[in-house]
Amino acid sequence: MSERLTTASFEAPAGVDNARSRAMVVGAIGLIATIAGAFGSSTQFFQSYLVAFVYWTGVALGCLGLLMVQHLSGGAWGLMIRRILEASAKTIPLMFVLFLPIAFAGLPALYEWARPDVVAGDAMLQRKAPYLNATGFIARGIGYFAIWSLMTYLLTKWSQDQDGRPGAPYDKRFGKVSGPGLVVFGLTCTFAAVDWVMSLAPHWFSTIFGFLFIGGAGLAALALVITTMAQLSKTSPMSGVFEQKHFHDLGKLMFAFVMLYAYFSFSQFLIIWSANLPEELPWYLTRLTGPWKVIALLLVFGHFVLPFSLLLSADVKQNTKTVVPIALLLMVMRAVDLYWQMAPQYHHGAFHFHWMDVTAFVGVGGLWVAAYLHFLKGRPLLPVNDPYLREALASHGSH
Amino acid sequence: MQASTPSTPIYGVMAEFRSADALLEAGGRAYREGYRVLDAFSPIPIHGMAEAIGQADKKVQRAVLAGGLAGMAGGFGLCTWTSTTEGIGGIMSGYALNVGGRPLLSWPAFIVPTFETTILFAAITAVVSMIAFNGLPLPYHPVFNVERFRDHASQDGFFLCIEAADPKFDAEGTRAFLQGLGAREVNDVAH
Repeated sequence: MSERLTTASFEAPAGVDNARSRAMVVGAIGLIATIAGAFGSSTQFFQSYLVAFVYWTGVALGCLGLLMVQHLSGGAWGLMIRRILEASAKTIPLMFVLFLPIAFAGLPALYEWARPDVVAGDAMLQRKAPYLNATGFIARGIGYFAIWSLMTYLLTKWSQDQDGRPGAPYDKRFGKVSGPGLVVFGLTCTFAAVDWVMSLAPHWFSTIFGFLFIGGAGLAALALVITTMAQLSKTSPMSGVFEQKHFHDLGKLMFAFVMLYAYFSFSQFLIIWSANLPEELPWYLTRLTGPWKVIALLLVFGHFVLPFSLLLSADVKQNTKTVVPIALLLMVMRAVDLYWQMAPQYHHGAFHFHWMDVTAFVGVGGLWVAAYLHFLKGRPLLPVNDPYLREALASHGSH
Repeated sequence: MQASTPSTPIYGVMAEFRSADALLEAGGRAYREGYRVLDAFSPIPIHGMAEAIGQADKKVQRAVLAGGLAGMAGGFGLCTWTSTTEGIGGIMSGYALNVGGRPLLSWPAFIVPTFETTILFAAITAVVSMIAFNGLPLPYHPVFNVERFRDHASQDGFFLCIEAADPKFDAEGTRAFLQGLGAREVNDVAH
């Protein structure tokens, strides 16, 4: 490493700009197609759009969670990816804008509890109405985004301030926000998962559902981080900085999240399967019938067995040629998993696939990636004035 | 007990270095020079040390994988046997009970014990195979004949020992080579 670490020496390469433009075009095409489709069926539009919204919000939230974790844990792995996590977390206000159509136009199309005629004939939904109602849903949604945006604002603001202060001592404020922040993060994400996803099946409940959402978000976030690192490591200035050991460390973390997610998913399944109760079981019966069963088996294999077996090997984790395809597979599987959780509810269990499911995902995704790369471009790719950076860049002292 | 007569006059030559970096560098140079029967000793783990001196075999990893797979097969097999068999002639019998109308081979319930036995077998295999492949227990080792090693190897000394069994070993030449790597001091290691 050079002896002088300056903000100028870690400016994002021009490739980031090109990728941003491409993502913008892809996103625009996807969104235009989806909005055109909305004139055909506004119900289908919202159903496809909600899956895409939950997925990409999850990626941003996963990065915010990891950002707070690495501020608390320290370690070279966190310093190496801090700017990537910050750029991703900064998209949270954008996701708030994308939340507004759901909140103010989409609720009756999506949620049974938002249709007065259904609620009128359902005693259970009437009892749940104090929580499951449109005003509460919107107010809570605004609250989650306000909290997440505030945490992101503080952490990224102080990180930016650090860029202008060479030689500044370790900033304790990061830890002071991240510690309580992670507790609040866990609670808000749990409530958000319940509101946005679980309440699609308003009679059903699972107490591990929030963890499941956070685990999946963390996995998708790590897959994004590894993919971004591999792209950045191809050119200056990061070509000599991201090394095998960093991919090894993050590969191990991704491996841990693969297991964590499988553990949460299986826990939920095993408990419901063992209890065999009529109010819990239909959720799985629907999803283990017909084409949904094929998708469930695909998830067991593609979301767990295959990535788990491959990531056991240290060589596979260290080599970008092998770890990146696995990361991309996991990002796709995360989308399939959300679709499998959400879509069966829309048509009372019948299998139904619409082209807008793809265009909405690509449209929101393109827009999200463009915003992410915009924020990534806006800062040096390493927090050069962090007092621990020099140590992290030394030949030893990985982790 | 009668000690066997050593085939070489000394066990090897040992060099002491001042830091982990220096040891890593010296080990790599010795390996590139062609030395193959050598070992490094450090009070702290050094990333890449084993690879630098050509000792990055994967015997323990392979044993752990085999142990884990054996534990997995054993755990699932045990559950299947105890839950699905009625007994053959009164011996080796299981408990084929109807639990809430579920099939006898209710695999979701078997996953948890299977997971536990996988981890248990893998962990025990890791410890046992590490000890076995290291040749432990080993009550005597010639490196402890070097006084500096006895006093510093577990505190602040970083040692590289090239053994006389190395085909390229030549007491004078190897000593000079190690001196040339910037060793703090170089000692012969008696048998």
